[in-house]
Amino acid sequence: MKMLGSDAILRSLEAEGVEVCFGIPGGAILPLYDAIARGTTVRHVLARHEQGAGHMAEGYARASGRVGVAFATSGPGATNLVTPIANAWMDSTPLVCVTGQVRRPLIGTDAFQECDITGITIPIVKHSWLVQDVEELPHVMKAAFHIARTGRCGPVLVDVPRDVQEAPIDFEYPDAVDLPGWRPPRRGHARQIKEAASRLAAAERPILYVGGGTVNGDACGELRELAELGRLPVVTTLMGKGAFPETHELFAGWPGMHGPKWSNYALNKADVIVACGARFDDRVTGKLSAFAPGASVVHLDIDAAEIGKLRNADVPVVGPLKQVLHDLAAELRKLSEVGELRPPEAWLLQIADWRDQFPLRYRRGDVLKPQTVVETLRSLTAGRDDVIWTTGVGQHQMWAMQYLHCDRPRSFITSGGLGTMGFGIPAAVGAKAARPDATVVCIDGDGCFQMTGQELATSVLEGLPIVVVVINNAYLGMVQQWQELFYGERYSHVHLTHAVPDYAQLAEAYGAAGFTVSTEDELEGVLQEALALGRTAVVDARVDPAEQCYPMIPGGAAALDMIENPEEETVEAGS
Amino acid sequence: MAHTLSVLVENRPGALMRITSLFVRRGFNIESLAVGPTERHDVSRVTLRVNCEQHTLEQIQKQMHKLVNVLRVIELEPGEAVERELLLVKVAAPPDRRAELMALGEVFRARVVDLGPDALVFEVVGPPEELASFEELVRPHGIKELARTGRVGLARASRETPRRAQRLEVLR
Ligand SMILES: Cc1ncc(C[n+]2csc(CCOP(=O)(O)OP(=O)(O)O)c2C)c(N)n1
Ligand SMILES: [Mg+2]
Repeated sequence: MKMLGSDAILRSLEAEGVEVCFGIPGGAILPLYDAIARGTTVRHVLARHEQGAGHMAEGYARASGRVGVAFATSGPGATNLVTPIANAWMDSTPLVCVTGQVRRPLIGTDAFQECDITGITIPIVKHSWLVQDVEELPHVMKAAFHIARTGRCGPVLVDVPRDVQEAPIDFEYPDAVDLPGWRPPRRGHARQIKEAASRLAAAERPILYVGGGTVNGDACGELRELAELGRLPVVTTLMGKGAFPETHELFAGWPGMHGPKWSNYALNKADVIVACGARFDDRVTGKLSAFAPGASVVHLDIDAAEIGKLRNADVPVVGPLKQVLHDLAAELRKLSEVGELRPPEAWLLQIADWRDQFPLRYRRGDVLKPQTVVETLRSLTAGRDDVIWTTGVGQHQMWAMQYLHCDRPRSFITSGGLGTMGFGIPAAVGAKAARPDATVVCIDGDGCFQMTGQELATSVLEGLPIVVVVINNAYLGMVQQWQELFYGERYSHVHLTHAVPDYAQLAEAYGAAGFTVSTEDELEGVLQEALALGRTAVVDARVDPAEQCYPMIPGGAAALDMIENPEEETVEAGS
Repeated sequence: MAHTLSVLVENRPGALMRITSLFVRRGFNIESLAVGPTERHDVSRVTLRVNCEQHTLEQIQKQMHKLVNVLRVIELEPGEAVERELLLVKVAAPPDRRAELMALGEVFRARVVDLGPDALVFEVVGPPEELASFEELVRPHGIKELARTGRVGLARASRETPRRAQRLEVLR
């Protein structure tokens, strides 16, 4: 069919089944936006900042398991996308970013709003294209989607000069990609999987260490089957939260810097660790040389380069987690049928013991505690299967990890590897676009809110209602915690104040509902109201600025040497 | 330990930049790099010399495999590959030293490719280690300028698929 390059981009998105995309127009991408105006089945959500558009696309992808799509113009529009691209890279989120570029004859001349965005993003994309010929467009779009979602998921960038968008093309969407250098692994090695099963069967203290790769690989059902079959305890990383039901008896919490001590004990004292789409990140291992010293490692991953990168793998298996976990369970079942599998009951009892010994603790008092806010949100949503959480980055994020119980994959969406403040609100808007039926709640920090809060306008005007609960501790809390603990309480530029801005008034200014709460008495009622409202709402929860996030592995320390809340009279948190 | 990697890449804009960027980003050091055409017009060969531990080498290979334009990564193991490099060196050569220099050049099968009133330019092709020896021998005469291409290599005709490449196939 005869059309323009800009139309070809949209027809490609339609062919890929894209329903929603996020972006902001500008000079170099005017032809594409004109094509949108001329008609498409793809819904475009107008963000207020390209960073917001990018995080929305990420939130959409993470909530739905599909590829997220973001548009931006050349120059500053494209550079504003760099943070979400880096975020998607670190967290392996499938993303296709389409940017406008100056006309081909102007490339290289420092033209207005020219910027070498393919050059800038080389280290943080799986692949990118500067499309020089309109005839290439359909193939590039096809390849872009294919690469973003196959193998280890991640972002790709398609940079399209304005005159390529305006050039005529006889459009036909290709059926297949021609990518001789892109061959993601198809199957895990059968012999290695067998070896993994026999290691598991012989283990006395086995553990499944589950990361975001299990969610991306759509392998959570297979994971559960494996865990239940072998009665194997499961820890999930921040990115893996929700991959295994957190109310399950085999769930053993979250390891890492702010994970409970008992979870870190379970992982670090195991004799066989099966890493499932997890990458031994420093936030999980603490001091690497002291991490799980007695464990042999079975490493299952779609990305061969993760294997042996940080921790040697005794049994490496490279392949799609869905198949690998399924086959591993099948092998384990064979061993069980010939009586060679003994459930590690003593080990499970030991973990339960640690759990009793080292519960998460904080002290309730006259002042509202951030943990109480999260616990109240948990109890108000208990048993519901239609809630999606997003977070910013900081103490509130860690409290959300510690105190929320997520039983389903894709119900906890956070910025893990890059730790991007401001991720929460736009990610929530994107998640809502993916799951209009869901109640999407962003647990945000006061600092994070101020980085991307303008996307409340997008939420209100696009009919994508979200609930933002601001854990307002008046501080860049996580930084303040480090200054308190490791820099002799010399607080340097971390005070934000409780009252500026007034988050509830700001919400009202955006056409959203605003609430302020500063006591435990009002808390439940306000949260309940905000959750039930059905429109965008912001709850400014003014909490104790002095509350710190514990337990904690100090930077560079061994995971087993984590420190607990030094407060003497801490009481156990409500269940 | 030093290793030579031979990398086949699609001949596309930016392909080389993606490889070098990967080295910079992951903190790997490149000692030498040579790029040129192959028997296929759409494929280039990049020959990389790196000095690193075995563990790092495996990381480099696996990371390079993930690049969409990279078709194949092979380690050229010493003894199982031929490696060559070209050296051009401009040496001070006043008339009274010329004969001595030419004699030196003959030992290394160096060709004199240019001759001036007080300098000459040698061209030497050979295994990179030999070029280094030649360089040391002419150094006392006064090296004015020097250029080396970086090594290129091929697996020996007697060996079709180096072991390392097969091993990587298993991992993929
Ligand atoms: C974009 C960005 N800038 C800076 C940081 C460093 N940083 C990490 S946590 C944090 C404080 C976050 O403050 P807030 O949103 O109020 O969360 P809190 O820790 O108080 O819960 C900062 C500044 C970051 N992670 N991301
Ligand atoms: Mg704060």
